Amino acid sequence: MLKNRIIPCLDVKNGRVVKGINFVDLKDAGDPVEQAKIYSDGGADEICFLDITASNENRDTIYDVVERTSKKCFVPLTVGGGVRSIDDINKLLNCGADKVSINTAAVENPKVVLDSSKKFGSQCIVVAIDAKKNGDKWEIFTHGGRNNSGLDALDYAKKMEDSGAGELLVTSMDRDGTQIGYDVDLMSKIASKVNIPLIASGGVGNLDHLVDGIKLGNASAVLAASIFHYGKHSVQEAKEYLDSKGIPVRI
Amino acid sequence: MKVTIVDYNSGNISSVINSFKEVAKDKVNIEVTADLSKIKSSDKVVLPGQGSFKSCVDALNKINGLTEALHEFAINNKKPLLGICVGLQMFADIGYEETETKGLGWISGKVSKIDNQNGKYKLPHIGWNQINIVKESKIFENIENNSHMYFVHSYEFLPNDKNVISATTDYSSNIVCSVEKENIFGTQFHPEKSDKLGLKIIDNFINI
Repeated sequence: MLKNRIIPCLDVKNGRVVKGINFVDLKDAGDPVEQAKIYSDGGADEICFLDITASNENRDTIYDVVERTSKKCFVPLTVGGGVRSIDDINKLLNCGADKVSINTAAVENPKVVLDSSKKFGSQCIVVAIDAKKNGDKWEIFTHGGRNNSGLDALDYAKKMEDSGAGELLVTSMDRDGTQIGYDVDLMSKIASKVNIPLIASGGVGNLDHLVDGIKLGNASAVLAASIFHYGKHSVQEAKEYLDSKGIPVRI
Repeated sequence: MKVTIVDYNSGNISSVINSFKEVAKDKVNIEVTADLSKIKSSDKVVLPGQGSFKSCVDALNKINGLTEALHEFAINNKKPLLGICVGLQMFADIGYEETETKGLGWISGKVSKIDNQNGKYKLPHIGWNQINIVKESKIFENIENNSHMYFVHSYEFLPNDKNVISATTDYSSNIVCSVEKENIFGTQFHPEKSDKLGLKIIDNFINI
């Protein structure tokens, strides 16, 4: 039976973890590689890096991080943030990323999804959707949630599937950072609209939220950042909790 | 000993390279090349494959003499070869992804899209699934039945001779996820992404 996945996400800026696990035995708490290794040893089904480096001159730092991580972690590694072109994707894959998530570039130029999935295969193309509720629908935001594209999230999700996306990483902008739980309404609506797997993101504050993301949101995988940081919960704890709620997980 | 990972522009093979190097340490020489003489002089060959069946077959054929060299290695000289994902699928006679495409024809059968039962099952089949070991295989030494492996694919290999099947996985139906025919091995899942157990499978292959 296929298992639901738990994906811890690390925000990386200028090659350093912005928030992270606060373990005393870490040699270098800011090193994404060490943190990723702790997650994969703890049973993470995949690892996600979100590169939030703002300045262009420091952009290359992520390549070094990915390269070093892929030599230590033998679970799938997804990298997103600032991915604009086929060339960016190619570089990340060559450094050892298994999947690349595309956000703003996919909205501005959907052809990049079509071209990259043809060139590298759908299995490594994740389209990241940032959606915010407006009345009875959700709209797509770009540039880290700053710009409203006006696009309808459900239509857009379907369009990305048709363009060759292998998975959708759906973040609710309303919930992101709130720790009050995923927008399961948004997740389940998109999940029923498409036939590709959905990764739920944005708003996790406790382990029940992970359960809701799968049971109510119909997500195939749940992504979370802060609940795994500072040792609040380990990935293993999360898995055992999901298992106790009857959700199939890899233990 | 020399193990060659065939680099034929079949997509992203860095994870395959990293995992083999991790397992091999300094004991085994891991080569990454499409050089025909280097392939022929290898002790073992790994045939990765990402993207579509057609794109991988096209990429193989683009390198002059490569399919012949692989044929000589695996079929004539019967040396161990491991196909991963589309690398395994290409063992078939024919594949139906994008368009009908001729495979290597090493293990008779075809590669078809997984029946998703009208959308009941999401495709690609992505994530960790358990393998049901149906026959002893050298690459499964010390691998327990029902171990989890990492999958990502939408097409499945349907071999004519069911005796080549060494493991299946349950997704919509019993999907063939590992084959062994004499010296030819294949996994539909990605051992290079399947954590410690995946590395064990790689270790088993290196130690055949």
